[in-house]
Amino acid sequence: MDQELILAAQGVRYRYPGATGDALGGVSLTVRRGDLVAVLGPNGSGKTTLLRVALGALVPAAGSALVAGRPAAAWTRRELARLVGVVPQREETVFPQRVREAVLLGRYPHLSMFGAERPADHEAVNRALAQCDAGHLTGRWMATLSGGEYQRVRVARALAQEPRLLVLDEPTMSLDVRHEMELFELVRGLVDRSALAVVLVTHHVNLAARFADGVLLLDGGRAAGEGVPAEVLTRETVERVFAWPVAIATYQGAPQMIPLRRRSDA
Amino acid sequence: MKWVGLAALAVFAFALAVLLGPAHVPVAELLRSPIVRELRLPRAVLAFLVGGSLGVAGASLQALVRNPLADPYLLGLSGGASLGAVAAIALHVGGPWALPLAAFVGALAAMGLVYRLGLVGGVELDPRVLVLAGVVVGAFAAAVSTAIVSLSEATALRNAFLWLWGGLSGANWDTVLALCLYAPLPLAVLFAAARPLDLLALGEEPAGYLGVDVAVLKRCVYVAASLLTAAAVAVSGVIGFVGLIVPHIGRLLWGHRHRALLPVVFLGGGTLLSLADTVARVAVAPRELPVGIVTALVGVPVFALLLRRWTRN
Repeated sequence: MDQELILAAQGVRYRYPGATGDALGGVSLTVRRGDLVAVLGPNGSGKTTLLRVALGALVPAAGSALVAGRPAAAWTRRELARLVGVVPQREETVFPQRVREAVLLGRYPHLSMFGAERPADHEAVNRALAQCDAGHLTGRWMATLSGGEYQRVRVARALAQEPRLLVLDEPTMSLDVRHEMELFELVRGLVDRSALAVVLVTHHVNLAARFADGVLLLDGGRAAGEGVPAEVLTRETVERVFAWPVAIATYQGAPQMIPLRRRSDA
Repeated sequence: MKWVGLAALAVFAFALAVLLGPAHVPVAELLRSPIVRELRLPRAVLAFLVGGSLGVAGASLQALVRNPLADPYLLGLSGGASLGAVAAIALHVGGPWALPLAAFVGALAAMGLVYRLGLVGGVELDPRVLVLAGVVVGAFAAAVSTAIVSLSEATALRNAFLWLWGGLSGANWDTVLALCLYAPLPLAVLFAAARPLDLLALGEEPAGYLGVDVAVLKRCVYVAASLLTAAAVAVSGVIGFVGLIVPHIGRLLWGHRHRALLPVVFLGGGTLLSLADTVARVAVAPRELPVGIVTALVGVPVFALLLRRWTRN
């Protein structure tokens, strides 16, 4: 088996119960150690569904989804959580929580049922917080954090799992430019320094083109393109997938999309 | 420090329950007195066990349905237990165990029904649906109970009515033994679920990604908390507010980590019910108040304060 291969989804097909069409119609996604792969596509193109199937939360009707060489659904949830850390799009806050407690939750897959946290667990938490530049936030309540701080703490929680793959589902939603850039730089830095693999679902085509090693562009549950950004993000493809006229410029070798006005730019 | 205070309070409440009562027993004769040995002591132990069980069941269910206002009776168990007990009283079923067993069976029947209704698509337990199912099953059982009560004669009616408000006057060493044999298993399941319950507060999908088998967790917590409540209700009737107020105060003082919270609410629930039962026995001696009235009289104002605090933040 290829030791470097962490995520391998092949020809995945999935339909939600009661739906009339496939949410995914034969999609493949391959992620290796040290890869930063961005999953792009319009709303409802199947990005989050692909993640759910790839992580065993949904079982595909056809195709296979392997995590570290085994079907995702064959791992127990605890085993999987030691391999893959996820920062989901949304989560709830029923009971208020401090930052340190929140990040400590990431140690759950490493703890025994009745045992207390060991010094090694606290060290992992401190390391994760430091990596995300969130060490100064430990005593704060989660509810008092700014949007950017909140996302960094959630990334820290996923890193505390000490995973081989980090999955982020639209982590920069409702962040301003600075915090958006900080998060992309953070993720890129993690990949470069620790050879972590990252799957990043995002609406930011331009940032994905500059930060990601590879992109998967989804359209209606199918792959409209997969590969290095410059090859996938051509004018024809992007216009077709997002159903809007664009111009593509190049900045430092990366394709950059400029959406056109309906009349004046034409 | 908080733990020392809580432990001291628990010992104090237990001592008070043994020392005080309608009959005067001199301190020197406490150990030799049959009143203490056969009446007060088993009753104090039972009050502590029932209060502790209600506290743990309440805190666990709050985490399960992700609503800090949930209590052990939210899911229709009190209605089912009441119906069982009222039916037993109306049918004049005899024997010391008739009432607790009938209440237990009623609670289990309600639990089964609510569980079945809460299984969305026949597989996944949905906490929101569970709450609605609990409310309707409880309301239905209450309607049937009231119908039975309204058709039966006066003494049976009074007994049934008093039973509905809870009381520990039936306590003896046999009931204590029964609960001691029964409660450890559901308690152990809930204590084992403490950490996953912390994660469940994030939502089901995030908890799953952090390593929790959410479907198994929900089923185990629901069944264990319900079995605990069913046993409590069988031996002592419906005692409100312990399972709501105690977890609340525990969360305020100890935070929301269930590994600390669950032991705290066990001790706190036991302490509160011991104190309340002592008041119920002594306040209008030689008669006795249903202990549920005492917990409600204390619990409702406390709850109102908590609610104000909750809605302000």
